[in-house]
Amino acid sequence: MNLILVTFIILLAFTSYYFGRKKALVIQSSQRLTALPKFYGYYLAAWCAVPALIIFVLWSVFEPSIVKTFILQDYTDQNLTKNELQLIYTKVKALAAGTYTGNITNFLDESANKYIQLKGIANSAKVAIILAILIFSLSFAYRSVQKNDRMREPVEIFLKWVLFVASLGAVLVTIGIIFSLLFEAIRFFQAVKIFDFIFGTHWYPAKTFVRDGQPDPELMKDAFGAVPLFAGTFFIAFIAMCVAIPIGLLSGIYLSEYAGRGVRKYAKPIIEILAGIPTVVYGFFAALTVGPFVKEIGNAMGLEVSSESALAAGAVMGVMIIPFISSLSDDVITAVPQNLRDGSYAMGATKSETVKKVIFPAALPGIVGSILLAVSRAVGETMIVVMASGLAANLTMNPLESTSTITAQIVVILIGDQQFGDPKTQSAFALGISLFIVTLFLNVIALSVVKKYREKYE
Amino acid sequence: MNNFKKNFLKKRYNAERRFQWYGKIAIGLALTFLAVFMFQIFSKGYSAFQKTWIVTEVHYDKELLLIDAESPSKDDLENADYYDVAYKAMTSLDPGLPEEEDRQLIQMVSYKYETEVKDLLLKNPDFLGKIVPIKLTASDDIDQVHKGNYPRDIPEKNRRVNDYQLQIYDMLNERGDILSEFNISFFTNPDSREAELAGIASSFMGTVFSILVCLAFSFPVAVLAAIYLEEFAPKNKFTDFIEVNINNLAAVPSIVFGLLGLGILLAVFNLPRSTPLVGGITLSLMTLPTIIIAARASLKAVPPSIREAALAMGASNMQTTMHHTVPLSMPGTLSGTIIGLAQALGETAPLILIGMVAFVNTIPGTPVDPAASLPVQIYIWSESAERGFVEKVSACIMVLLAFLILMNLAAQIVRHKFEKKWS
Repeated sequence: MNLILVTFIILLAFTSYYFGRKKALVIQSSQRLTALPKFYGYYLAAWCAVPALIIFVLWSVFEPSIVKTFILQDYTDQNLTKNELQLIYTKVKALAAGTYTGNITNFLDESANKYIQLKGIANSAKVAIILAILIFSLSFAYRSVQKNDRMREPVEIFLKWVLFVASLGAVLVTIGIIFSLLFEAIRFFQAVKIFDFIFGTHWYPAKTFVRDGQPDPELMKDAFGAVPLFAGTFFIAFIAMCVAIPIGLLSGIYLSEYAGRGVRKYAKPIIEILAGIPTVVYGFFAALTVGPFVKEIGNAMGLEVSSESALAAGAVMGVMIIPFISSLSDDVITAVPQNLRDGSYAMGATKSETVKKVIFPAALPGIVGSILLAVSRAVGETMIVVMASGLAANLTMNPLESTSTITAQIVVILIGDQQFGDPKTQSAFALGISLFIVTLFLNVIALSVVKKYREKYE
Repeated sequence: MNNFKKNFLKKRYNAERRFQWYGKIAIGLALTFLAVFMFQIFSKGYSAFQKTWIVTEVHYDKELLLIDAESPSKDDLENADYYDVAYKAMTSLDPGLPEEEDRQLIQMVSYKYETEVKDLLLKNPDFLGKIVPIKLTASDDIDQVHKGNYPRDIPEKNRRVNDYQLQIYDMLNERGDILSEFNISFFTNPDSREAELAGIASSFMGTVFSILVCLAFSFPVAVLAAIYLEEFAPKNKFTDFIEVNINNLAAVPSIVFGLLGLGILLAVFNLPRSTPLVGGITLSLMTLPTIIIAARASLKAVPPSIREAALAMGASNMQTTMHHTVPLSMPGTLSGTIIGLAQALGETAPLILIGMVAFVNTIPGTPVDPAASLPVQIYIWSESAERGFVEKVSACIMVLLAFLILMNLAAQIVRHKFEKKWS
């Protein structure tokens, strides 16, 4: 039904485009056109499709909830909870669709009949309203075409609005993120104190499963302490940066200051391949090759090493981040004006002295910015940690033990079937919002530092 | 020149050389990582493209098949009982074996060997009543033994292949009845719990559908948004806000988009779980800022003289943009789009959250059928303990990397072939 209606509207829009253009050619024989003939077509087509489609979408969004209130009106006197009402409504819908298998009571049967009736009324009303709107808007548009009004301006203004709405898309995504995270997180913080979440030192959400379906508040208090996760996240990010900063920075400096054209031309894109490899591939590599390798070396030195160590995950993550730091710092260093270098050489400094004492300080804000971006990337990285660094949240500073991170716990909690309304599921959203805040904070600082620095030399 | 000065200079020059070496070592390390990594993947994965078969003889005995009709129809063959025939085909490899030990022989082929026996007869109905040679898929363990990935010298009780099976394997191998052929089923089979039967067809189709959905949602919106921001937007607070927003969105961790997909697309809009449709929409939200940024950069690169010329000829702003600026910026936008899609292609975490990790053993035909995707398949297989899956994971990674390389090449070609150089 809906599909037919939409196809009909779209087909009508196409026909009205051709109709409008033809009309313009007819008008042309008697008077001067105000725009190219195709704008007459666009004008008609837009007036045909847009109001009808908007009404269609609005109707489709609101219809279900209106029908639901009508159906559930009959049940208001029974003092039911929200969940029970929802259950009844689902039953009614299933019965109406003929897929219900449970006991059919008279009351339910009546509701189902009412549901079918309401749906029928709603459907015919929808078709009628949309047809009316089509006739109204088309006749209005056709009148202006006949009067030979200005045609290009309204079409262009409409297009501009379309462009503007598209640019709101990005804002909508942000709002969607914040809304979805906040909505669940707030419900989580109703069950668990925010203080317990931020400062608690035990993360063990599986604990809350016990006690006949109802989570035990006493246990919950101690189950959602996120400190081990925050610590683990930054600990692994720190290990990653220990690998990535020296290698990335030195190779960035070498590429921008020392390397010849040939080396630069080949080495730079090859290093950037590292950034293009999917993270799940790094995760596999870390779990299968680096983890056992670290364990073997540790055992040979007489150390106790977990086969899922933070060190393996962090080191591999560091390798992944090398190209970020190297190409960003390469860009920043290349942007340092040549006369600073010339001045330093003129004073008799060697190349490395120039790099260390002149160029590096000059490029420092940009480099710091790029490192912050890399940290935010490391904090948000998921698959490497999930696959290579264990899932138990240990509060430890030993790189040879396994730790867990915010991202890894989100995956652990939400993998498989989730039940909304369960504090365990909601805790993933609370973790998500803390992750979002941390990375947003890092990004805003990094971007403003980089921007400020760029302006300085332009 | 006195001694002190000489030493001082020498020290400085040494420091210079050392510094250069640090740089070279850093680059060398980065390249070594890449090389080790590639070597590991290829050396582990190439064998997955070979499939091991065990050749034996099968007797399509009418009595054992329980076929009564004189000239059986297709239906009769379809409904016949293949258990005994298939069983005999395997046990005939060693007739002297006591009956209770038969499982050892059956375990040497995949558990679907009965179907394979059936399919051969359905394909060649005239084999009925004859004794014909048949190729059966070797079990994962025999496959690994044949490829030399399985150590034979460890104690028997630690091995999944026992001494008897090894003996039969050696005998067959000597007779030339173990075949190794190109593994077509790796590309045509859906996922399976058995390593020897598992293939990437379902996850491959899942990836293709997700990427198409992602393209359909993100490309139009991103290009329109970029056009507005670059060509029409007035300079005010709100435009700045949108810009900052886009830049920040580009750096939001991918898993947060997974939470968005779970919390809004699945919970509020009730879209079907585990499907490429939801996966594609989630990925499209992620690629949106990437494409917007690329499209804006390439719009910016179109020289103002083009716009001025169009305006001077009487075109309106909209006409200038739509007829001149946007077409000229398309190569850059397209290559940015392909690169954005390539990033989305490798994403795993958001897809796991919206349920694309479910075990799917059918090949999806539409974007609303449950499916996995290549990166998720890598994750699923790498969690399996069986030895046979290690090479499958590596092979799957090789396919994924090939896909990525192709996309990046396409982006390069679009950029270099069609982009106009303004000088």
